[in-house]
Amino acid sequence: MTTTTVDAPKSTLSRIIAAGTHQRVLAFASLIVLLIGFSIASPNFMQTSNMLAILQATSVNGVLAIAVTLVIITGGIDLSVGTMMTFCAVITGVVLTYAGMPLAFGVVAAVITGAACGACSGTFVAKMAIPPFIATLGMMLILKGLSLVISGTRPIYFNDTPGFSEISRGSLIGDFIPSLPIPNGVLILFIVAAVTAYILNRTVLGRYCFALGSNEESVRLSGVNTDRWKIAIYALAGSIVGIAGLLIASRLNSAQPALGLGYELEAIAAVVIGGTSLSGGRGSILGSLIGALIMAVLTNGLRVLSVAQEWQTVVTGAIIILAVYADMMRRNKKS
Amino acid sequence: MSYLVEMKGIEKRFPGVHALKNVRFDLRPGEVHALMGENGAGKSTLMKIMSGIYARDGGEMFVDGNPVTPDGPRAAQDLGIGIIHQELSLMNDLTAAQNVLIGREPRKRLGRLDEPELNRQTAEIFASLNLDMDPRTLVSTQTIARQQLIEIAKALSYNPRVLIMDEPTAALNDAEITELFKVIEKLRSEGVGIVYISHRMDEIKRIANRVTILRDGAYIETVEAADTPLSKIIQLMVGREVTQKAPTIPDTSQSPVALEVRNLSRGKEVRGVSFDVRKGEILGFAGLMGAGRTEVARIIFGADPRDEGEILVAGQPIDIRTPHAAVEAGIGYLSEDRKHFGLAVDMTVRANVAMAHMEEFTNRAGVLNEAAMKETAIGYISQLGIRTPSDMQAVRLLSGGNQQKVVIAKWLLRDCDVLIFDEPTRGIDIGAKSEIYALLEDLAAQGRAIIVISSELPEVMRLSHRIAVMCEGRLTGILPGGEDTTQEQIMELATQRDSALRVAEDVL
Repeated sequence: MTTTTVDAPKSTLSRIIAAGTHQRVLAFASLIVLLIGFSIASPNFMQTSNMLAILQATSVNGVLAIAVTLVIITGGIDLSVGTMMTFCAVITGVVLTYAGMPLAFGVVAAVITGAACGACSGTFVAKMAIPPFIATLGMMLILKGLSLVISGTRPIYFNDTPGFSEISRGSLIGDFIPSLPIPNGVLILFIVAAVTAYILNRTVLGRYCFALGSNEESVRLSGVNTDRWKIAIYALAGSIVGIAGLLIASRLNSAQPALGLGYELEAIAAVVIGGTSLSGGRGSILGSLIGALIMAVLTNGLRVLSVAQEWQTVVTGAIIILAVYADMMRRNKKS
Repeated sequence: MSYLVEMKGIEKRFPGVHALKNVRFDLRPGEVHALMGENGAGKSTLMKIMSGIYARDGGEMFVDGNPVTPDGPRAAQDLGIGIIHQELSLMNDLTAAQNVLIGREPRKRLGRLDEPELNRQTAEIFASLNLDMDPRTLVSTQTIARQQLIEIAKALSYNPRVLIMDEPTAALNDAEITELFKVIEKLRSEGVGIVYISHRMDEIKRIANRVTILRDGAYIETVEAADTPLSKIIQLMVGREVTQKAPTIPDTSQSPVALEVRNLSRGKEVRGVSFDVRKGEILGFAGLMGAGRTEVARIIFGADPRDEGEILVAGQPIDIRTPHAAVEAGIGYLSEDRKHFGLAVDMTVRANVAMAHMEEFTNRAGVLNEAAMKETAIGYISQLGIRTPSDMQAVRLLSGGNQQKVVIAKWLLRDCDVLIFDEPTRGIDIGAKSEIYALLEDLAAQGRAIIVISSELPEVMRLSHRIAVMCEGRLTGILPGGEDTTQEQIMELATQRDSALRVAEDVL
């Protein structure tokens, strides 16, 4: 048995980057091409203010995409992230505006609400063996309904909580470096991405994400309590959705109970463009981040070029199909 | 003599099958105890009970004399019982080390992984196996044989006192098998008890101390490996088949050739396979698991692409690239996994029979003609003796044998001249088996060309007019059917590996 090993020892960093890179390199290259293309097409595109607008527009969808990436890597899907985000925002509204509690309570409430909702979905999937598509479809409707019931179908404004809108719109970095007024929403997106990427690649929870998506039965036969881990993964995804809820409520300075539907599909689109396999076992946070950026750049760039919004949607759809097709072609060639 | 593990009166039932009937088994420390039997004899089921994957329906199990009931893989591991599964159960997207230590990853605080320690521990296990592999290698980049070795490393990482190996050598080459046997010797000398399941007779003689034989879910006998001839073991395994008559072989030498295959190749799985089958003939395909028989069938049926080779139907070369084209050419394929590929199990018998030939039952507007479908279905139910309360019964409620007949009815309706049966009696009771055999003989007598792929030697010998034997993707020989061909002759061809061939050529 002297077959040469396939990959020579590499640094840990390069291996993390190497895992399933092709699609991500492709996605990243597309992002660069888009940026260059739009810059050439319009001088208004490559402006600092416009770049910041793109980043700001990415923040909510980016955080949601990160959440749903975790679930998709396990081989599942989460259709409830959009309405769950709204539900978390509404609960925050209840805590801050109705109950008049301090800001920190609202933040914690959003994250805990998200984690609890995620744990519910996870329990349906793991313990009751309901397919993730159905379980989270149910959750999507339940949470949409609950948001409307709790809020009495009216928006909840955060006018009594000074500083709430700063969560998304303020700029901590800008306070220190005035020339770099990166909004907090964007900062939070990158922090969430970094922390989640660390969890995914360096912790037991992350390891079981990939393992479950790769071969669940094998993980179970290895004596791992797969149900418990699955619930934990859905709960973690839910708590990240809670953060998205804070971001959107802060940006709108209100919890809009009718909002939310459609966000889950945008998030899944970003994940898919970023090269995470819908069949599970493979994927990355960086990829989903790039995917979300591509979608935001497209929307923004086409708007700068005065293309009608209807066409932007068509282009996004086409990009999704192209991205997945490119991935399939590559995989077929390999096998 | 004290036993590591002792099992008595084990019972297991699955819906429609009595899988284990009052089975006993025991294992001493430091011995290799081979568990033998045909496919479906209950070996894997018994071992899944021992390793906590299945719960037993009856009987007792003792470890070190204490009664135990492992209620999951974890519980069995805690008792020191490890298992290497027959099907590879690795996580392809993870590295070798991540697979080996799944569930027991070295951790730092807050659930953080200690990856260097993980790789170090795995490297140690690999070294003890003389396995040259980087622990950080992705499993999906490895060959099946090397994946098998990762699986073995995983089982050993639990430091088991009892190690169950279910066909561990099915995918290994000679050098790798030798390496594996060295590991087994080492474990044996350390007092580990090993349960060894294999279909390869030569291996049993090489490493087993004792052999227990199961047949049709029942315990037959336990013998000492050293002083029991292989022929005796085979006889115990096949039991009933010894007295069974060989088929009467019709003279088909004047019949036209229905299907001819020339130099069929696909990667390493199928290498230069050529054969023909005449109308009215039953050609059996024998070989060990992974010999490439199903792959040949799938290529002929257009389900997999071929690298090379020609397919001739009734003398005409036909470019078959899709199953649709194969069906058009009159070739039917009944896959080994009926539930996945052959049947819509939740639909009725009537709907399943009609499925393959819908155009016959629809008018121009696309509306289904239920009356005609019913008539056809009832016709086949009586012709094939399908036991079902009515043609509106859901297929999943039928027994395995009757489900198989529904699949056959589907293909008869398409009027195929060549029918390929892949493991036609897998999971079917003995009584139903003989009915399926009679049915295949009828089909041949009607002038159809029949190819039967089977892992059960007695079945191949019972049915075939000629027997094609494959090993590692090559057709190693075609033997005449009937009483003159022995199991030993077939096994010899089925284990005629590349290296063996090379030696033979050197001698010549």
